[in-house]
Amino acid sequence: MTTDRPTWFENPAIRIELWPALGETLLMTVFATAFAIIAGLPLGVWLYMTAKDSLTENAVVYRVVSAVVDIGRSIPFIILMIALIPFARFVTGSALGWQATVVSLTVSAIPFYARLVEASLREVATGKIEAVQMMGAGNWQLVRQVLVPEALPGLVSGATVTAVALVSYTAMAGAVGGGGLGALAISYGYQRYQTDTMLACIVLLVACVALLQLLGDLLARTVDHRA
Amino acid sequence: MIELTELRKEFAGVTALDGITLSVAEGEIHGIVGRSGAGKSTLIRCLTGLERSTSGSASIDGVDITALSGARLRESRRSIGMVFQHANLLDSRTALENVEHPLQVAGMKRAERRSRALELLDLVGLTDRADNHPAQLSGGQQQRVGIARALASEPKILLCDEPTSALDTQTTGQILGLIASLRDRLGITVLIITHEMSVVREICDAATLLENGAVTQTGSLSAILADPGSPLAKDLVPLPHVPHDPDRFTLEVALAGTPLTTVFDLAARAGAPIASVESGTLETIGGSQVGRLRITCTDLRTRDDLETALRSGGIHVEAAA
Repeated sequence: MTTDRPTWFENPAIRIELWPALGETLLMTVFATAFAIIAGLPLGVWLYMTAKDSLTENAVVYRVVSAVVDIGRSIPFIILMIALIPFARFVTGSALGWQATVVSLTVSAIPFYARLVEASLREVATGKIEAVQMMGAGNWQLVRQVLVPEALPGLVSGATVTAVALVSYTAMAGAVGGGGLGALAISYGYQRYQTDTMLACIVLLVACVALLQLLGDLLARTVDHRA
Repeated sequence: MIELTELRKEFAGVTALDGITLSVAEGEIHGIVGRSGAGKSTLIRCLTGLERSTSGSASIDGVDITALSGARLRESRRSIGMVFQHANLLDSRTALENVEHPLQVAGMKRAERRSRALELLDLVGLTDRADNHPAQLSGGQQQRVGIARALASEPKILLCDEPTSALDTQTTGQILGLIASLRDRLGITVLIITHEMSVVREICDAATLLENGAVTQTGSLSAILADPGSPLAKDLVPLPHVPHDPDRFTLEVALAGTPLTTVFDLAARAGAPIASVESGTLETIGGSQVGRLRITCTDLRTRDDLETALRSGGIHVEAAA
C-alpha cells in the first residue's frame, strides 16, 4: 500500500480515466436501455395479448413465452454475461469492452422490461378497450391506439427502472472485462486500494442514477394526462 | 330496428339470459330496466358481440350480430354508437381527439375527421373544451364527449349502458335531454339500459322489464301505464306505504287517463264516500295523465260496492298491500 502516490485530481486514474469511464457507462446504459425497449415492448405486448381472458388468448404461447422470460430474468447477470461471451464476440467482434457488454446487458434487460410492459398494459381499463372495439377497431389498432398510449406513463416509468438497474449491471460487468466506471472502480479502487478512485466512481454512479430517475420522472409526468 | 329472438347466454352453468325476445322500432327510445344481475348488461354485450351468446339471434337493421365475427363484426359495429356508464374516454387523447377516434379507426383523413369532430362537439355544446383531456372535464362533460364520440360514425342506433348512473340528478337531466334531442334531430334509435325508473319516465317511448334473465313485461309506455297493476307501471308510479288500520279499509287505485275527480264522483254515487287519500302520485308520462292513489273508507260494508263502481268506471283497483 503506497501512501505517497498522487491522490484525487493528481491521481492519473481519476484525472485521465474517470471521464472516459463515465462516458462508457452512459453509453452502455443508453444503448442497452434503447435495445431493451425496442425488443421488450413487443415482447411485453405479446405476453399481454396472449394472457388468459385477453384479446388473443393463447395458453400455450403465453406459457412458453412466459417461461423463456422468467428463465432470462432468473439467471444471475454475471453468469449470463460470461455465458454470452461467444455471442457478444459474434455480434461486436470482441469479448471485451463496453460494446460487448451492451450485448449481455440488453439480453438481460429485455425480459425484465417485457414483464414491466405486460404489467403496465394490464392497468389499462377494459372499458376503454371495449369502447374502441365498438368503433370497429382490430387488435393491431387497439395496441397502437389504446394500449400503448394509455399505458405510456407506466411504460416510461418501467424504462426508467430498467435504465437504473442497468447502471448497476454495468458496474458488475466491469468485473469481467466490461468497461465503464465499474471496471475503473474494481481495477483501481478495489485491486489497487485507491479509495479516492473508488469514491469518485461511486459518486458518479450515484449521479447517473439520480439523473436518469429525474429525467424518467419528468418524461412520465409529461405524457401522463390522467390528472 | 333491433330484434332479439330467443337470445340465451349461459356462463359456466349460470343462465344470464333466458330466451329474450324483444323488438325496438326505428326512432324509438327504448329502456331496459331491471335490478343489478337481471341480465341487462349481458344483453347489451351480446347485442354488440362483446360477449358471445349461447343461442338465439340479435339483429340490428336486419343483420344478425351473433352470426358475425372478425372483419364483418368490426364492420357492423361501426353502425352502432355506444355510450358507457363511465364515459370510457382515452386519457391520452383530448376531447376532440376522442371524438375523432371512430373516424380514425374507419380510416378518414385527418383534416376531414377534425372538422366533423368539431361539429359533433358543437352538437353536445363542448366546443370550448376541445383541447382538454378527460381528466380536466366533469363527469357530465365526459359523458357528453362520450355521446359525441358514439355519434361520430353516424350510427343508426345508439346503445347506452347506464349512461347516467354515475351522474348527479341535474347532470342526469341534461344528458337525458341531450339524448332525446338527438333522437328528434337525427332520427336515431336508442336503447338505454338503466336501473333508474326516472330515466324511463323522462325519455323512453317504450320499456322492457328484465328479471332473472327473462322479459317479464315489455311494451310502449302508454300501453304499460294503461295496465296500472303491471309491475312496470307500479315502478313507474310508485306509492308510499301507509300503516294498516283495522277500522278502515284501504284500496289502491290506479289511473291511466281518467281524471282524478271521477274517482270521487263514482265513490259518492256508490254510497261509499272516500274518507281520505293516504298517499298518491299524479304525473304526466308520455303525454297522458297517470297516477296511483291509496284511498281509505271508514265503512267496511261498502267495500264491495266501491270496488265494483270504480272498476265499472275503467279504474284499476286492488287491495292495498
